[in-house]
Amino acid sequence: MTQRIVIDPVTRIEGHAKISIYLDDAGEVSDARFHVVEFRGFEKFCEGRPLGEMAGITARVCGICPVSHLLASAKTGDDIFAVTIPPAAEKLRRLMNLGQIVQSHALSFFHLSSPDLLLGYDSDPAQRNIFGLIARHPDLARGGIRLRQFGQEVIELLGGRKIHPAWAVPGGVREPLTAENRDYLRSRLPEAFDTVKQALGFFKRYADEHAEEVEHFGNFPTLFMGLVSKDGGRWEHYDGWLRITDSEGHVLVDGFDPRRYAEILGEAVEPWSYLKSPYYKPLGYPDGAYRVGPLARLNVCSGIGTPQADAELAEFRQRGNAHGIVTSSFMYHYARLVEILAALERITLLLDDPDILSTRIRASGGINKLHGVGVSEAPRGTLFHDYEVDERGMVRRMNMIIATGQNNIAMNRTVKQIAQHWIHGATAGIPEGLLNRVEAGIRAFDPCLSCSTHAIGQMPMIVTLIGSDGTVLAEVKRG
Amino acid sequence: MPRTLTINGQEISARSDQTILEAAREANIHIPTLCHLDGLTDVGACRMCLVEVSGSSKLLPACTTRVQEGMEVRTETERLRAYRRQIIELLFAERNHVCAVCVANGNCELQDAAIAVGMDHVRYDYLFPKLGLDLSHERFGMDHNRCILCTRCVRACDQLEGAHTIDVMGRGARSLIIHDMNVPWGEATTCTSCGKCVMACPTGALFKQGSTVAEMVRDADKLAFLRAARDRKVWNV
Repeated sequence: MTQRIVIDPVTRIEGHAKISIYLDDAGEVSDARFHVVEFRGFEKFCEGRPLGEMAGITARVCGICPVSHLLASAKTGDDIFAVTIPPAAEKLRRLMNLGQIVQSHALSFFHLSSPDLLLGYDSDPAQRNIFGLIARHPDLARGGIRLRQFGQEVIELLGGRKIHPAWAVPGGVREPLTAENRDYLRSRLPEAFDTVKQALGFFKRYADEHAEEVEHFGNFPTLFMGLVSKDGGRWEHYDGWLRITDSEGHVLVDGFDPRRYAEILGEAVEPWSYLKSPYYKPLGYPDGAYRVGPLARLNVCSGIGTPQADAELAEFRQRGNAHGIVTSSFMYHYARLVEILAALERITLLLDDPDILSTRIRASGGINKLHGVGVSEAPRGTLFHDYEVDERGMVRRMNMIIATGQNNIAMNRTVKQIAQHWIHGATAGIPEGLLNRVEAGIRAFDPCLSCSTHAIGQMPMIVTLIGSDGTVLAEVKRG
Repeated sequence: MPRTLTINGQEISARSDQTILEAAREANIHIPTLCHLDGLTDVGACRMCLVEVSGSSKLLPACTTRVQEGMEVRTETERLRAYRRQIIELLFAERNHVCAVCVANGNCELQDAAIAVGMDHVRYDYLFPKLGLDLSHERFGMDHNRCILCTRCVRACDQLEGAHTIDVMGRGARSLIIHDMNVPWGEATTCTSCGKCVMACPTGALFKQGSTVAEMVRDADKLAFLRAARDRKVWNV
């Protein structure tokens, strides 16, 4: 008799999701699925609204990474205006995006995932959250919270508010950076560097001691995709060419204008999830599965371009396969910390750039093209905005490919791999700690399923064992 | 001829040609308004300035009611506060007001009024009308979703610019602001593109093309200045 275990909702992720684990007659895992159970409809209700409003509206897709949508939308507007934005505007947009990478990655690592790492997968779920972390490891928790605060402050001092700043607009940005705010951000950098280095040291020790997690948390070959710089193929977060590599380091796509994404990326739809499954067209679905985000960016880039992050990248790659490619999704955590370090180094460089205080920051333009695509790297991966407008700038069609969606196939495989490794002979029930590992596999991707977050893990998780005839065999509630 | 009246028990004097609203403002007594704009004639459309007057069973709009000798006016009663909140809630329910992504966010008289009356939620079902957006004008746009039909734009166009491009069609909640004989704004031959209507608009219904969220900043005082300067003939033309 086959059975189905449901983890609903999945906690400590951004959004709503559930996991189903299917058991065969012997209680072994036959399949597992990651369902995204919310529907937003942004692409539909943006139709008929003016282009100028898009940055503000699409930023509302998410409360964690509004800056990503803001930038992708503003870049789409730049494309439709057919303008080159002032150099200072690009630097300021980069600065804000780096601030967002810091705050979003800090949230993922310290607030959401480190309770699993520091307190243990099998620890009391009531304590296994940021508050439990504060009680047990107050210094690291405080450092992580302040690191996130620093990233938020970068956003706030540029955009006027931490969440949903309507600051990047088609043609550039609305407000410059003041010398006073630049100096303040500079003063906050040393502490931020200390915190991320401390976390890197901790994580590397943890990975050495927990080879089982590294080996089985979504460790499989896929393609990797990310933006790289136009010169030299270095780590990139705002602009550049698309590069796709495989798990043996072969470069399948390089120097590719991301605005032509539709030529190489397809989107599959599964009836059991509202999250689409993008894939690399030449390999088909699902063989064309690729991963995006921190792990992918570090796998595809030729280097980072700043000394401390490059040193960490070298060590990161030593932990990969024979080709220097890191295929375990568990290492997303590690990649996130390396990226925080890279972001802090780049923020340092940008704050030292005299042009950063320029007030020539916005190009004016009109509707010069009826179709535009804007692409940037969100903390979770490559983000595409694609608008068609009429002659008056009214949006006629919109397509957004969100980073998390592109990891959909990999997240499903991760859930299945973890479930198959840790769950055996489960006919009447399974320990909560094992189910938490399944959830943690999803958490490693830091999926951002909506603007809502249940960051403190207070939502109850309901696990239901269902027989093939639909009868509930057992139910466990936690939280 | 001066008149003496009381507002909220306070004795004040006013000229006989003044409205209750004008007299109250001179005495620094606040009466909320939406369709009133200094420099334009009043039409008493929004009903936000309704006041209680002793001897009258009806509530009277302060903006169009002239002062009278011995009048006893009350501007802050439970009944008035309840009506004002109700008016604001009905305005929000009637069209599609989404402050978070509006060009006028933070600079909107409807939003300010909602805060002032303590509107923490709307008790009526939203109508969610399907209304259009006119982006046909080269410089300005009109979003009917955000229009509260105060007609300030109609009056600014007529009384200050003298073009009378803008008017109202339909009745009740289905009324719509139109240009000329209901043509797209960009095709309205009488429009001088002066932008006074945009300055007069209390919400995000009229905006400069390309405006992004919370970017519309208006200076409606300019309209009052224009009117006053014209009335006093300060320009030698």
